[in-house]
Amino acid sequence: MPVIHLESICMHICRGLDLTIEDREFFVLLGPNGAGKTTVLSVIAGLTAYQGSVFFNGSCMDTVPAEKRRVSYLPQNLVLFPHMTVVQNISYGLKARKWEPDRVDERVRELLGLMHLEQLGDRYPRQLSGGEKQRTALARALAPSPEILLLDEPLASVDLQTAKRIRGLIREVHNATGITTVYVTHNLEEAQELGDRVAFLHKGSVQQVGSPSAVYFFPENENVAEFIGTPNILECCECRPVGHGVAEVSCAGLTVLVPHEGNSIRRIAFLPGDVYLSTSKPPGPEFNRFVGEVVSITPSRSTVHVGVAAGDTVIIAEISPSLHTELGLAVGDQVHVILKLRRVRTYEE
Amino acid sequence: MRSLPVRCLRPGWGVVPIILLLALWEVVPRVSDGSGGGLLPPFSEVMVEGWRLLGSGVLADNFLSSLVRVLAGFVAGAITGVGLGVIMGWRENVRKTLRPLISLFYPIPAVGWIPLLMLWIGINDLLPIVIIYICSFFPVLYTTISGVRSVDRDFIRVARSLGASERHVLLTVVIPLALPYIFTGLRLEAGMAWRVLAAAEMIAVPTGLGALMMRAQSLIRIDIIIVCLIVLSVMCLLFEKLFAVLESRLTRDWC
Repeated sequence: MPVIHLESICMHICRGLDLTIEDREFFVLLGPNGAGKTTVLSVIAGLTAYQGSVFFNGSCMDTVPAEKRRVSYLPQNLVLFPHMTVVQNISYGLKARKWEPDRVDERVRELLGLMHLEQLGDRYPRQLSGGEKQRTALARALAPSPEILLLDEPLASVDLQTAKRIRGLIREVHNATGITTVYVTHNLEEAQELGDRVAFLHKGSVQQVGSPSAVYFFPENENVAEFIGTPNILECCECRPVGHGVAEVSCAGLTVLVPHEGNSIRRIAFLPGDVYLSTSKPPGPEFNRFVGEVVSITPSRSTVHVGVAAGDTVIIAEISPSLHTELGLAVGDQVHVILKLRRVRTYEE
Repeated sequence: MRSLPVRCLRPGWGVVPIILLLALWEVVPRVSDGSGGGLLPPFSEVMVEGWRLLGSGVLADNFLSSLVRVLAGFVAGAITGVGLGVIMGWRENVRKTLRPLISLFYPIPAVGWIPLLMLWIGINDLLPIVIIYICSFFPVLYTTISGVRSVDRDFIRVARSLGASERHVLLTVVIPLALPYIFTGLRLEAGMAWRVLAAAEMIAVPTGLGALMMRAQSLIRIDIIIVCLIVLSVMCLLFEKLFAVLESRLTRDWC
């Protein structure tokens, strides 16, 4: 599988973009709408004219047409061919590449099995559910055994449960085939779950490249931090596994349970939007709940940021203006802070 | 206010106004007893005359002449219209080059060409065929261009990335997806061909349904004129229905 190298790419919003994606890597392009993520995919696939150069394993691909690049592209809206059945969709690339009919049948059967589509081969796309369409589109993209797989927000239009299942499937396929995969999303959670590395794009330029944790915990500039949501980051001095995939950490004078196995957590982080506030003691288990004092209230257009001093730190919570009014918070008030266990992220060294 | 009882109406109810019209048509000329100058013979007399024309072979001969002209003109117009439409829809440079020229010719009504064509090709079978060709070609061309251009670019991008050549994409993705548009053009123009045929045959040739109507007019045979009009109406409907069925057959699984 090839190493992809983009050099001084100019196209639409991209101005002199440089990027290297390693062999067999699951690489996520993260960024807001209009950042140029889809443009980068189009350039790699050769589906648009561009200035600059694209290299696969050091070979310049600028004059190689899309159909010869061995790149499969799966756009956001899937675009399953509506006039073809599931089997015809999957076999499209194979027939286009003039595979022998026996090999086509064999490969299609294999992919129907892999994607759990055995019973749906004769159906047309309009007869499929969202998840079935996703799996068909993925099977079609994988059918010609591409060396590079480009996925453009493929889970944007499916429900959360289906998205979770298909994320697992995509990762499974990547692990099994080792196809160099470039995945576009504006969903931070997807990026963290899937990516070996993440590149954050903003207005056509790469702002930061690194592991998902590195981008989350160490945003290199304001654009990245603003997109991620400026998380609360706490330094940890102690870590103790308590079993069932949970560890107890001591951070800034607070004891927090986090979803982690091992004892090497150095930092934890959680987004202001994942911090819940209550003026009365909330019911339920006692862990990840602290009592603190409101030290700041900063209203913005659609949210209110409330700073709560708890332990040796100030935790920022983001609440809606209506909740702020309902709670009637003022500086100096005592509040209960609740952190959801699964929303706390961890960083190891 | 109560809603209209649409659900109570069965499909066969559309026949009722036709039956009422035929009944009126039968009764009114008989009641008026010739006071209308025999300008509208009763329906039954028209049917009897139609049967007589069929039996004598006059109707069949003229109908066949018309049918051959419609088929020849329409098929030629459809093939060239679809062919050029696909090329113009697919290739922007061809579309930009030819569009001004075609835009100049398109507004001219098909029957407007008759005087010129009478001088160029004379009064013979070719004349109504060319008129029908012109009538069919332009609308089919435009609907085909629209159909090809309406195909989502993402389909083409995906097909290309799956390894399909430009020709393969055109044949397996673009043309099939443009079929609903193409068939809309074909369906409308298949009916229109019969309408234009009557005009062309009335003016320019001695055979065919249009010519038969003109002869009947000179003999003040209103019953024959009405028989021909009924045949034309039925053929318009049949041709339109034929393409509607074809379209449905080809696209029903996925549209």
